[in-house]
Amino acid sequence: MSSARSIVKVRGLNKSFGDLRVLKDVSLDVEAGKTVVVIGPSGSGKSTLLRCINLLEPIDSGSIEFDGQNITDFGRQAFKARRDIGMVFQNFELFAHLTALENIILAPMQVKGIAKAEAIATAQALLEKVRIPEKADFYPDELSGGQQQRVAIARALAMKPKAMLYDEPTSALDPEMIKEVLDVIQELSRDGITGMVVTHEMAFARRVADRVVFMESGQIVDDAATSEFFQGTSSERAKRFLEQILHH
Amino acid sequence: MVDGLLYRLRLLSLGTVVDKPWLIVEYFVSPRFVWGAALTLWITIVSLFFGILVGLLIALLQESKNRYLNALAIGYLWLFRGTPALFQIIFVFNVLPQFGITLSNFSSGVVALAMNEGAYMAEIVRSGLQAVGRGQRTAARALGMKEWQVMRHVVLPQALRIIIPPTGNQFIGMLKLSALVSAVAVEELLLVANQAASSNFRYLEALSAAGIYYLIFTTLFMLVQARIEDWASGKRRRRTRKASLFERMIGATGDGARVR
Repeated sequence: MSSARSIVKVRGLNKSFGDLRVLKDVSLDVEAGKTVVVIGPSGSGKSTLLRCINLLEPIDSGSIEFDGQNITDFGRQAFKARRDIGMVFQNFELFAHLTALENIILAPMQVKGIAKAEAIATAQALLEKVRIPEKADFYPDELSGGQQQRVAIARALAMKPKAMLYDEPTSALDPEMIKEVLDVIQELSRDGITGMVVTHEMAFARRVADRVVFMESGQIVDDAATSEFFQGTSSERAKRFLEQILHH
Repeated sequence: MVDGLLYRLRLLSLGTVVDKPWLIVEYFVSPRFVWGAALTLWITIVSLFFGILVGLLIALLQESKNRYLNALAIGYLWLFRGTPALFQIIFVFNVLPQFGITLSNFSSGVVALAMNEGAYMAEIVRSGLQAVGRGQRTAARALGMKEWQVMRHVVLPQALRIIIPPTGNQFIGMLKLSALVSAVAVEELLLVANQAASSNFRYLEALSAAGIYYLIFTTLFMLVQARIEDWASGKRRRRTRKASLFERMIGATGDGARVR
């Protein structure tokens, strides 16, 4: 790794669900300001890895460092670590009883104690950024999937996180809405917001990622600069995977 | 001949049966009936209030990950849903004193009704909590909320909207169930009417007066319930058609009938 500071530092992470080992000795770094895309077949442990990083899943062994702090054993204090880690889910998970704007201001006000007027100003700026300022007063079920996901991104950004985790952000979307969400993520990446994206969108990975991490059966089988990865020069296994998905 | 005609008319209008219609009004406004009606309302409110608390507790026990707490909750439901409410009232009043717990007639009635109600409210509360998807909690946690904040700002507001409408039905159910405490000599509406009638056999008049009270209470409450449901649905534009008052009165609100 280069000398750039790592925001996320995972070492020797193991995780099982019952007898099923979903993560096997996973180690990985996400450097400040960079975007890492995690790809791999379904069930390879990508989403679990993401959930472990912000302590939504307890781990069996290994360590997780976030922004220079070892958060592995935060336990009931996990909420403190999560304040600095933004997360976006496959199914958006906007709070159904709140409008788009209310969704965005809830955590800044309740968790950080920010004044309402300030929270609203920030929220409006963020809705502007994700290009749906006119939807502020709409409820989630009045928005399309793509709009909901963009509000969800704004909601996570409102906490001013030090890194964003995107868990298959476009998997639940209709094809015509995928682009609007990926464009927003790309823009955030360009702005230098540290990000880790689990996705199946290869074109997006190629365009946006600084590094590509390829996972299979709970292991990281390749971790390479984006250009190397897509040229197939980083590993034999990754090369075969690319051939499978790109040439048929 | 005119007399004969009048006589027949009176027969037709059930005049001989309701020969003192003003007696209904007399009963209705008599202090004993007013007091009985007030007591009925009070029993209903207190029993339902504590019933909701018991229901919340049982629901949380059921949702708990501790097996013993689960078993406790299931045992409770089995006991209180599996025996008649009337049995429970008489039991609390007559058997608990043998264990050194002596309650007044009123308290016995309310305790039994609240514990009975708790068994039904638990299911309502539980379905409300479960209707809020796991993903909603996860998203709230991911934003750095503490567990109580997740409950307070994300789970409960959504669960309440599901819990409130059936709780309104429970209020009406409780109003009617409260008549059972007459069995332990609490002078609520039904007992008052029964006593008034037994002295002069004017059952029709006395029971009519009581019945009018019950109908007034249930009808007024149905109006309140509609308001509460409007509030519970928030600012949201309603897509589902609202049940009319008439539909509420005959129970045709699509909620399904509850037997107890």
